[in-house]
Order: sequence, then structure tokens, then C-alpha cells
Amino acid sequence: MPLARTIDVTRRYGDRTALDGVSLDIPAGGVVGLLGPNGAGKSTLINLLVGLRKPTSGAVELFGGDPRDPASRRRIGVTPQETGLPATLRVSECVAFVAAHFADPVPAGALLEDFGLAEVARRQTGGLSGGQKRRLAVALAFVGRPELVFLDEPTTGLDVQARRDLWTYIKDYGRTGTVVLTSHYLEEIEALADRVVVIGGGRVLADDTVESIRGMVGIHRVSLDTITLPELPGVVGVEEAAGRTSLLTPDPDQLVRDLVAMNVPFRGLQVQPTTLEEAFLTLTTAKTGS
Amino acid sequence: MSLALTHARFRILETLRIPVAVVGGAFFPAASMLFFVVPFAGDDAVGATYATASMVMFAVMTSSLFTYGVGVAEDRAQPWDPFSRTLPAGPAAAFAGRVLSGLTFMFISLIPVVIIGAALTAATASPWQLLLALGAVVLSALPFTFMGLAIGYALPTKAALAVAQIIFFPLAFGGGLLSAPGDAPGFVETIAPYLPTRGAVELVWAAVGDFEVSTTSMVALAVWTVAAAALAAWAYRRDEGVRFS
Repeated sequence: MPLARTIDVTRRYGDRTALDGVSLDIPAGGVVGLLGPNGAGKSTLINLLVGLRKPTSGAVELFGGDPRDPASRRRIGVTPQETGLPATLRVSECVAFVAAHFADPVPAGALLEDFGLAEVARRQTGGLSGGQKRRLAVALAFVGRPELVFLDEPTTGLDVQARRDLWTYIKDYGRTGTVVLTSHYLEEIEALADRVVVIGGGRVLADDTVESIRGMVGIHRVSLDTITLPELPGVVGVEEAAGRTSLLTPDPDQLVRDLVAMNVPFRGLQVQPTTLEEAFLTLTTAKTGS
Repeated sequence: MSLALTHARFRILETLRIPVAVVGGAFFPAASMLFFVVPFAGDDAVGATYATASMVMFAVMTSSLFTYGVGVAEDRAQPWDPFSRTLPAGPAAAFAGRVLSGLTFMFISLIPVVIIGAALTAATASPWQLLLALGAVVLSALPFTFMGLAIGYALPTKAALAVAQIIFFPLAFGGGLLSAPGDAPGFVETIAPYLPTRGAVELVWAAVGDFEVSTTSMVALAVWTVAAAALAAWAYRRDEGVRFS
């Protein structure tokens, strides 16, 4: 039995559909990355899985029960997308509050040590830096020794070093536990996830290994000034803006070779990796188009 | 139960870290005593006792409506609220923790009222009567606590503040809180028995003095309490955090 699953889940907010018929299984072990642009439905999916919201239709299961039943949430830990800590409470008090909800919590000292927060244990959370607040918010997900952890954009606002440290922690945790993590950084998903679920427009667009997802979203943008363009192989999209033509392709090197070989006149050639968002758009249009 | 105490403990701790909030909560009823009760009813033992009891009820009502109404609405807008709702605890622990900490600060805000009543007016009450009054106050606080919770869970902060004010005013004056028993303007005497404030203050009057509660007021108080509790439960169930469209 999977630790968590959604069965044909749809969630609407008014007349906006945030999730549209999503079925997903989270089996035990490893790190599952939920990847998608802003507004894709990642957070809504997490909120349904942890019992914060009810699906409009379909079913959600957490450890075989309803996530809105507190008993189903005994073995999970959660870090929401937005960091919110009671400003007047001290760091150690926040940990103690969360720990009071679990049978066998991690000792506060060890936990804060792991997240580099030992020195600020006595500080009120309102006085922490943004990065420290974020690290505490992530640490709180691990207080109850959860079997399944949901981290919604855990590394937002962290500097490079803090992000790497957190990655190490999450990766270690994924060896024995299960982690569901959302991100819109491909790099982060690549570093951590064993399995990637790409979400766009409220639907699961792809559910695969990191390798094959990278192939799907690794699109480059080749932009140039030109007048006429012949038919070019390997181009998945053409955009015209302000007199410049942009060609989207998974293999920019071959495209440039083709342009030269075909004697296409061009100026101001630029090759850029597309942002993940653009890649998703390509993926989304491809899906809905077919 | 221990979870409810945990929730209460951290709520109290949070508020105590901002001492002026505690002082502010105690100021209003104490000031009302000094301005409205001491100069007018100070010398008359019975009048002063009733007036002090009314002022206590006034404080209880204000603190319930606003602490819960605005407090809950504010909390729901903070990301800490959805986080704590993912912890393995049902609504009962959070609800009870909130009410326990609310009662604690309510009692703190009542202490100056009782002290002023005892020291500066002719009001009297035996320790037994005070204990009885304490019970009456807890019972009377219920409908307003539930009203506050309903407001807080149903509305965003600014709307909650407005609605709490709108409800508070007619309930306080219409219920005859600002006059001695049987001494309110005619129309207030007519409508008062049907408002929860009247039943609530009658309980406290009866606890500290020679007052006989009216059946109408008691039935009205019970009906208001049940209705407000149902409304609060409904608002809590439909709440999924503050939504924006």
C-alpha cells in the first residue's frame, strides 16, 4: 500500500480549477520531486495530501486514512511554502510546541544542531534572519521522526551554502524515509529526487525518472535576426517578437550547424537555456495540442 | 487534554511576551469602573455591587468578542495556522487551548475591576459570593466566546473587527449592562430579556446580590449559547484558512 495517494482528485477554487483529475501514488522510500511553474497546482496537491483542504471530487488517502483525521497525520511532517512562526516565541519553544504533538520527538538540541540553529535556540523567532526562519520551518517538519515528509519549496530564500546543507539533510533522510518535495528549480529536483512528477495546469504532465524529465524539459532558445527561415529539423517552437526570431530546440548545437549549412542569413545569434517555466509551457502546449 | 494545555501554555506565553497587550486588556474595564461606577454609584452598597457586576460582564463580553473574533481571524491569515493544522491534533486541542488562554487573560483583566469595586466603592461581596460570581462569569462568557469564534473563523480580520464592534454595541446597551437592575430606559427593559447580555449579567447579579433571575432571560441565554456554539462549529468546519479570490 502506498503511504499516500490521490485518486482522480479535482480541486476548484470558485470557477478556477487548481487540480484536474490527478491520480498519484507515493510509495515508501526515496524523494519524489513535484516540479512545475508557479500556479501549476503543486501546493494545492500538498495541501490536499496533508489534510488542509478537501478535494472538490475524488479521494485522498494518507496512511490508508483520511488526511483530515488527526490520527492519519501522526507519521508525517510538513513545511508549508510560506514561513510563518509565532514571532514572540523562542526557537526552542517552537520546537517544543511541535514536539508535544508526537510520541517520540527528536531532542530539540540535536535537531537544531543539524539545521545550524543551535546558537539561536534562545532567540525569539521574530529576530531571526530570513534564512534562519526558513531552516527552522524545515526543521519543524522533522521533529516527530516522520515516515513521510512534505516540503513545499523548502529552500526558498536560502543562500547557496544553506541550500547545499539542506540538500544533504534531505537526501540522507530519503535513504530511510520518504520525502515529497516541490520546487520550480530543476537543479534542486536533479540534486535530490529519484522520481519526478511534472505538474502543469492542474494535471500530471509527466511522471518519470530525473533523467528522462531532464530530456523533456531541457529545451534551449536560439534567437537571431533573420528574414526567411527554411524548414529546420528539431525545432519544437518558433516565436517572433520585436523583429527577433526565437527557435526552441532540444539540441541547439545541431540547430546552429543546420543554419550555417543551409546558408541562412542571420545576425546577433544567441543561445540560451530556457527557463524551466518556458520548458513547461512547451511541454504543456505539446500535451494539450496532441 | 495535555495537548489542550500545551496549546494554552504557548498562547499565554506568546501574549505575555507583549506585556502592553495584557495591560491594555485590563485598562478598559478598570477605566470604565473609575469613570462610570465610582462617581455615580460609589456610596450605595447595593447599587455599587450591581454596577461592579455589570462592569465585570462588560469586560467579559468585550474581551470574548474581540480576543476570539479578531484573534482567530488574525491567526488564520498567518502561515503558522495552516502549519499547526497539519500537526496530529484535532480541532478540540486548539479550541480548548484558545479558550483556556482567553479565560486566563479575562481573569487578569477582571482583577482591577474587583479591586476598584472593593476599595473605592461601597460594593461588597463575601468570598463565597466571589467564588459563585466566578462560576457565573465563566458560564456567561460562553455565548460571547462562541460568537467571537464564529466571527473569527468566518471572516477576515478587518471584517471581524467591524462585525465584533457592530454586535458588541447593541448587546451591551440593549442588554442593560450600563444601568442598574430595573433602572434602564423603557425600551431597553423590553428587549433586554431576549439578549444574551441580560441573562449573563443576571447570573452575576444573582451571585453577588439579592437578585432573582428571570426565566425568560435564562432561556434566552441558553438559546443564544447553543446557537452561537452551532455557528462557531459551522464556521470552523468550513474554514480552510483565509481565502483570496
